[in-house]
Amino acid sequence: MIMQDKVFESTTPPLEVLAFRICEQDFCFDLDSVREIRGWTETTMLPHAQPCVKGVINLRGAVVPVIDLAQRLGLGTMEPGPRHVIIIAVLEDKTVGLLADVVSDILVISRDDIQPIPEIVDAATRRFISGVVVIEDRMIRKMDLRLALPAADRTAA
Amino acid sequence: MSDSGANALRATFFEECEELLEAMQDGFDQLEDDPRDAERLNAVFRAAHSIKGGAAAFGFEEVVAFAHEVESALDRVRGGHCDVDAARLDLFRQCGDVLSDLLAAARGGTKAPPGKGGDLLERLTAAVGGAAPAAFEQAPDFQPVTLDLTPAAPAEGADEPSHYDIVFHPLPELFASGNEPVALFRALAQLGRIEVDADLSAVPPISELEPGRCAITWRVRLQSTAGEARVREVFEFVDSQCSLDISVVSPAAQADVGEPASSPRPGDDAPAIPSLSDLVAAPTAADNAADTPPPARTAGKTAHLPGQTIRVDLDRLDHLINLVGELVIKEAMLSQSLMGVEGATGTDVAVVLQALQHLVDDIQEGAMAIRAQPVKPVFQRMARTVREAGAATGKRVRLITEGEHTEVDKTVLERLVDPLTHLIRNAIDHGLEPPELRAAARKPPEGTVLLSATHRSGRLLIDVADDGGGIDRERVRAHAVARGLVAPGVALSGGDIDNLLFEPGLSCKDEVSKLSGRGVGLDVVRSEIHALGGRVSIQSDPGEGTTFSISLPLTLAVLEGMLIEVAGQTMVVPVSAIRETLQPAMAAVDTIGAAGWVLRSRDGLMPVVDLGAAFGFRPPCATLDGHVLMLIAPDNTPPFALVVDAIRDQRQVVIKSLEANYRRVPGVAAATILGDGKIALIVDPNTLPGAPGHPEFADSSLQLAV
Repeated sequence: MIMQDKVFESTTPPLEVLAFRICEQDFCFDLDSVREIRGWTETTMLPHAQPCVKGVINLRGAVVPVIDLAQRLGLGTMEPGPRHVIIIAVLEDKTVGLLADVVSDILVISRDDIQPIPEIVDAATRRFISGVVVIEDRMIRKMDLRLALPAADRTAA
Repeated sequence: MSDSGANALRATFFEECEELLEAMQDGFDQLEDDPRDAERLNAVFRAAHSIKGGAAAFGFEEVVAFAHEVESALDRVRGGHCDVDAARLDLFRQCGDVLSDLLAAARGGTKAPPGKGGDLLERLTAAVGGAAPAAFEQAPDFQPVTLDLTPAAPAEGADEPSHYDIVFHPLPELFASGNEPVALFRALAQLGRIEVDADLSAVPPISELEPGRCAITWRVRLQSTAGEARVREVFEFVDSQCSLDISVVSPAAQADVGEPASSPRPGDDAPAIPSLSDLVAAPTAADNAADTPPPARTAGKTAHLPGQTIRVDLDRLDHLINLVGELVIKEAMLSQSLMGVEGATGTDVAVVLQALQHLVDDIQEGAMAIRAQPVKPVFQRMARTVREAGAATGKRVRLITEGEHTEVDKTVLERLVDPLTHLIRNAIDHGLEPPELRAAARKPPEGTVLLSATHRSGRLLIDVADDGGGIDRERVRAHAVARGLVAPGVALSGGDIDNLLFEPGLSCKDEVSKLSGRGVGLDVVRSEIHALGGRVSIQSDPGEGTTFSISLPLTLAVLEGMLIEVAGQTMVVPVSAIRETLQPAMAAVDTIGAAGWVLRSRDGLMPVVDLGAAFGFRPPCATLDGHVLMLIAPDNTPPFALVVDAIRDQRQVVIKSLEANYRRVPGVAAATILGDGKIALIVDPNTLPGAPGHPEFADSSLQLAV
């Protein structure tokens, strides 16, 4: 389902995002970085990985780590099953799989519609969320993928 | 031209230069064996000329100027002004080195290191007896050298003009490579008076005309004082792209017309001038007769043609190899799922699948072979290292290479350069004795370093051997004791002492020399070789010399692995690291503390490491019953015993990078994909947390808490 939201006159081009759901919350990030969406497959455990790293999967011959976004965002752990999906995204030449409950839409949003997140939200969440968009009463949290991935976090830490 | 197009051209030029430099050094080697090999000399000359021409097109003026001088010097040698002797060859080789430096600088866009170039050129020019090099000439000049020199071979009449009869027919390749007959005729015209006739008899009617094929054969009559070599030179670069017949109709021979062919010219002990009847009867005979003054002949027609090659972008090749790897996995998955079907064995499907399996194996082997490269370029670089190290230490060294056509994966080859350079320097600096000691030991004053490569049982073996004094074991031992690497009084075999050389911090040269001896040495070589999945060993005979032997896998893409199971996960342990496997019930395992074990073995006490716990997959197991012990001998750390749950299989696995999309994980070398499409980690015993020498295990709980 594609929802063509009304684009207000603005100086910046509209943004295409992939919206998905984790633990009853709506998130989205730039569609540009998304490569494909796959069903959940059993992963191979990695030694001494951070808890959000669920292991690695074989993506047509490439070894790709799978990140549990719920764990990463502090929303609790997911017990992945056949109903879950893995969003394959490419970021800075690295391919990652992102574990999500379900993918909902591809949305076109105006950059002007992205609102900064209120101060009250805790710092840990604000590290990964760059803003929110409200569409038809749904609040969609826009995620900054670069910050959400553990590798980037590791270098920052 | 677009920028990327120009860049691609530049890249091609530099690649070609590498090949040309290789051909040059090759030529020098062969000239050393046979200094009168005119063909080699010509090949070297052509290489220098091509480098100059290409460099001029890209505006690398320093390269052009230098190559020009080298070319001029080569031309003087070619013209028979001086012989090819060892001293001149050495100078030429050094020029090759400088040229390589200049090209490298041009490639990197940097300024060439200032230096020996000018001085070298002066020495070279003096050695070949030419005029002082013209101060850096700028303009690209494609026929520069020959015109300002006196005619080459004295045997060919310098005063009386010779008559040449040239029959020239261009092949389609000539035009494809951008050459043009008119330009050739113009060049001929510069040598003397020419008459050109076009033979149009073979020109077909226009309906049958093939545009790419030239149907005209030209006959050129040239009257010139230039030697035959000069005439042939005009065709030097189109040699293989035309049919060419040059015969000499010398004035003397013309005068001979009518005389009996057998009558010898009195007092003529110079090379026989072919009689006209010979020329008419058999042009090849004339060729042979004219062959007598060897340095002046250009026998381009028989020039060595290298095997046909194509350039392929490495990424595209790797992509193909990746896909083939995928094919192998899919095929294995198919076989595995068919196995699960009742009564499938023996059916047509199973038979076809079997055939497919063989085919896929062949394809994989073929794909891997494309990445294989001969070790020759690396060996040639070592020749330079030998020259430089010899000069730095004041020792006379001869490098002998064997098996330079042995092939190995490109990546392995590239990473061999540093360790080999190190070993060669080591052999010259430490291995070979100073001249006075060699004389005392009644050895030839020139030391020999042998560099050889062979294939043995699916591995590449490289030996670096010197004929020096061997390892001074007493001194090594003293050093090791002084540095606390060995306890005093421990009994060590000769081989044990030799292997101490690989220990970090042990340098055996008393004074720090220019080349080596700063304590970073053979341990680095060993770790580099280990990183390639190889091994290095020493064999030394006092007074006879030392041999370093390197054994390497032919590719970094596959690995012989033992499939094991730990905490429900399948993993791979490289077979090269496993010394033996043991059943704990049979082994002498003792408990120390709460959950620590040691194994008593022939080599002393060994710690026991539980792989599942070391990786944090499960708490340490309470008992070893039902597990298997693997004796692991890592490269840099003491041996230990590894506890695994079960051993499944031994097979070749395709190595997949974990770092490409994730990052380095301690204890994991890489990953592989199993027959069922799942990923298995390849254990790296060198960096395993909890193994001896790796304290990370203690901190692993901290890492988990992140």
